[in-house]
Amino acid sequence: MMTASDPELTAALTAVLPAAQVLTTAEDLAVFAFDGTAILHQLPACVVMPETVEQVAAVLRVASERHVPVVTRGSGTGLSGGSVPCEGCIVLCLVRLNHILEVDTANLTMTVEPGVVTQMIAERAADVGLFYPPDPGSIRISTIGGNVANNSGGLRGLKYGVTRDYVMALQVAMADGQILTTGTKCVKDVAGFSLRDLFIGSEGTLGVITRITLKLIPQPAAKATLLGLFDEMTAAAETISAIIAAKIIPCTLEFLDRTTAECVEGYAHIGLPTDVAAVTLMEVDGHPAEVEEQAARIEQIARDHGARDVRRAATAAEATQLASARRTAFSALARRAPTVILEDVTVPRSRLAEMVAAIQRIAADHDVTIGTFGHMGDGNLHPTFLTDERNATEMARVEAAMKEIFQVTIDLEGTITGEHGVGLAKKPFLPAAVGPVAMEVMRRLKKDFDPAGILNPGKIFD
Amino acid sequence: MHSTTVAPSPADNLLMGLDYSVVQQCMHCGMCLPTCPTYVETLQERSSPRGRIAMMRAVADGKLDVTKAFADEMYYCLGCLACQTACPAGVNYAELIETARAEVERRNVLGSPQRNLLRSLLLQRLFTSRRRLHLLGRILRLYQRSGLERAVRALGLMRLAPKRLRELEPLAPRMSSRFTHEAFASDYMATNPVRPAYRVGLLVGCVADISFAHVNTDTIEVLQANGCEVVLPQAQECCGSLHGHNGDVNTARRLARINLDAFDVNGLDAILVNGGGCGSHIKHYDHLLAGDADYEARASTWSRKALDIHEWLEQIRVRPPRGSLATADGPLRVTYHESCHLKHGQGVSSAPRKLLAMIPGIELVELTEADWCCGSAGVYNITQPEMSAKLLQRKMGHIASTGAAVIAMGNPGCTVQIEHGLRQCGLAARVEHPVSLLAAAYRAEA
Ligand SMILES: Cc1cc2nc3c(=O)[nH]c(=O)nc-3n(C[C@H](O)[C@H](O)[C@H](O)COP(=O)(O)OP(=O)(O)OC[C@H]3O[C@@H](n4cnc5c(N)ncnc54)[C@H](O)[C@@H]3O)c2cc1C
Ligand code: SF4
Ligand code: SF4
Repeated sequence: MMTASDPELTAALTAVLPAAQVLTTAEDLAVFAFDGTAILHQLPACVVMPETVEQVAAVLRVASERHVPVVTRGSGTGLSGGSVPCEGCIVLCLVRLNHILEVDTANLTMTVEPGVVTQMIAERAADVGLFYPPDPGSIRISTIGGNVANNSGGLRGLKYGVTRDYVMALQVAMADGQILTTGTKCVKDVAGFSLRDLFIGSEGTLGVITRITLKLIPQPAAKATLLGLFDEMTAAAETISAIIAAKIIPCTLEFLDRTTAECVEGYAHIGLPTDVAAVTLMEVDGHPAEVEEQAARIEQIARDHGARDVRRAATAAEATQLASARRTAFSALARRAPTVILEDVTVPRSRLAEMVAAIQRIAADHDVTIGTFGHMGDGNLHPTFLTDERNATEMARVEAAMKEIFQVTIDLEGTITGEHGVGLAKKPFLPAAVGPVAMEVMRRLKKDFDPAGILNPGKIFD
Repeated sequence: MHSTTVAPSPADNLLMGLDYSVVQQCMHCGMCLPTCPTYVETLQERSSPRGRIAMMRAVADGKLDVTKAFADEMYYCLGCLACQTACPAGVNYAELIETARAEVERRNVLGSPQRNLLRSLLLQRLFTSRRRLHLLGRILRLYQRSGLERAVRALGLMRLAPKRLRELEPLAPRMSSRFTHEAFASDYMATNPVRPAYRVGLLVGCVADISFAHVNTDTIEVLQANGCEVVLPQAQECCGSLHGHNGDVNTARRLARINLDAFDVNGLDAILVNGGGCGSHIKHYDHLLAGDADYEARASTWSRKALDIHEWLEQIRVRPPRGSLATADGPLRVTYHESCHLKHGQGVSSAPRKLLAMIPGIELVELTEADWCCGSAGVYNITQPEMSAKLLQRKMGHIASTGAAVIAMGNPGCTVQIEHGLRQCGLAARVEHPVSLLAAAYRAEA
């Protein structure tokens, strides 16, 4: 039967943590063996649930002394296998390190512990009339630590950017347990290298983020939400390009293809027609007069490019409902197939129509089912394979199709991952995407930050 | 770890026997976690839906034993099904948890002489026989109404009782002065409409029958006022949800067959219930009896016709009452608490609110986290008093901030729990079934 716990390690950990925070039973290990990524699965040796920074540092010291790998984890919603355990590791689960430490309305910042759920940050900011824009689809459960470690995007990336754009300062526990701080509440700060920016997107391989100071901005005064329905996928892609070319920067330009729209409708029952080739969710925010004018122009552009219909959310509740439904897209696709493998390719926005067409062709060529949705305004697409991991021949075709998608992406000057990170899932494709010099520099950096190689080993690169 | 098993095989592991598509449907996205009361309270992954399903899958894959720890976790789950509502991937959590508990019971990993005796007394003896329930009901009624209860409480005699009993005593529901059938026979049989538009059967419930008989009679009144002839078969028994949710599938099947025999399934337009827990169970008699050649067809007709009272009233366009429930101080402030098995088990959420909103003199205020479990969860408040108390406290905080005089809800389990909470917090509000408020508004027309 499955068991991976190591009694000596457990003893060393319970010497620095209350026993209730060190989990070693087969039941507890089984539930930490995966994250949101399909297929990947590995039992850890044990799981620790620290409640203070000191406890995090103590765990890291134990791990350093014993050369035990540490896999940091937030809520385990990652989609590249970043928090999937490696053999014999300690899973350092930070969901209990979850306090909002300060909301500074004079400097427009919020300081939080890494286990705070992203939605809580957004709500707390809204309570004081401020706005924390990054809103990954997983916002209701992902942790801010995971967001920073993956530099997560969201539905508002087009206008407001990604997590990185809101991180002002970090406190980080290094591999040997030393505590580092980087960045300040100052809008301008050029004191030394920006180590902060190295930790953002480092996927738990350079240090454990233990405190985050976030930038907040004023709440936009008004918002309009539109839904575009298209009979042709290319018409949707061209609409998006035309909106951007018209110098309108909506906060959201999302799209769902027919397969995805059907699955979302099957769950959310919001009245999405399921006989369209593409649905776009388009949102503008800002000054009421500007919002009004831009919404009208977007509607016109969509109609000019052949939209079958453009609907406008009548109430704020309806707008929220549409955005929430969009957030379920990935999970809803699982209604169709036992295994869903999601990609995260991103291309310059001017190449979107080409990329979308390529995905359709590749799916047909390899006889695989792909549902595509994504943050079209960012050029970030999520072609999602609907398959069954137990069907070996189909899995081989999926692999081949996936490789081809990556190749086309790189040919179109795109990137293999826009927001989910490399983790385990994209590791084989990284060298081709960034080149040998970048790989070498990353390896040297890793060696400096984590000489013993205990922090999330085997992720991003070997 | 303690290895208690022989190598399991599909034949002797119910989770393995489940269709694998049910077991593997969870793609561990975590979207359900923020809706799971036990996860939110503990932040323990194993007490989350995603964690529980992972354990079940590990058992189904033969990678994890059915241990006591596994069993405890399956019973720490409220069975509230909030996760099922939240799950975009369409995971059938209800089936998973019932199968997992059935496997736990089959292996008897939680077995102790005391627990086994209690289970057999409750599940197999008491809640399979309305006759025995009525007998118990009469004894309790005598205790509660003869002054004996007051005497026991006044003299502090409960202090002599074992701790568990002491904790349970305040949760014991008040017995109705007349059980449903008694009331029906004397007052309602004759008032059925002469030329009914519909013929409907009513399931009176087990606990509801003896301690919420007024909700049943209010239901009958409302139905009759809307052109329904109400049929109340004597031979009906408890719906079996208690058994289904607690791993006793065989008894659940037996009770389902009894009810299928008791009701004129083909002749009725609908089979109605006013308790969320019962409704969520009886709608699945078809699934429960799939493969039972003698009952399959009847069960599938039944499942098509089984409806919660709110759904039915909406369907037949219930007549809006003219009588007002406003008091001398102004409108009656009412808030609505969603029974888990109404909301998550059956997807009935807007119908009760619409019904309340149509009653003159009611000011309906939304309850924060209206669909968060109150901790009643069948027998959960008895088996897991600590978590149950936490959830009740959370619920009472939200209730208090509505300032409502009436908390409306459509499930007897929640009613007992929230009445208990109101007493604990010293709140003057009262609990009512939406149908009872509607009946009162009809009566106020006169
Ligand atoms: C339904 C769904 C929708 C999603 N939508 C989006 C989306 O729109 N945009 C997007 O970008 N992503 C999205 N994701 C992916 C995922 O939610 C994000 O990557 C998220 O930031 C992960 O947060 P987490 O708390 O679950 O982190 P985890 O999955 O637990 O960890 C992610 C990575 O961060 C590391 N890590 C976690 N915490 C720390 C810390 N404190 N210090 C150092 N390293 C740490 C882990 O080691 C791991 O490498 C989605 C996922 C799902 C399931
Ligand atoms: S039960 Fe559904 S929502 Fe929860 S993790 Fe599994 S797939 Fe996601
Ligand atoms: S049924 Fe309720 S308690 Fe059980 S896992 Fe689902 S949400 Fe959690």
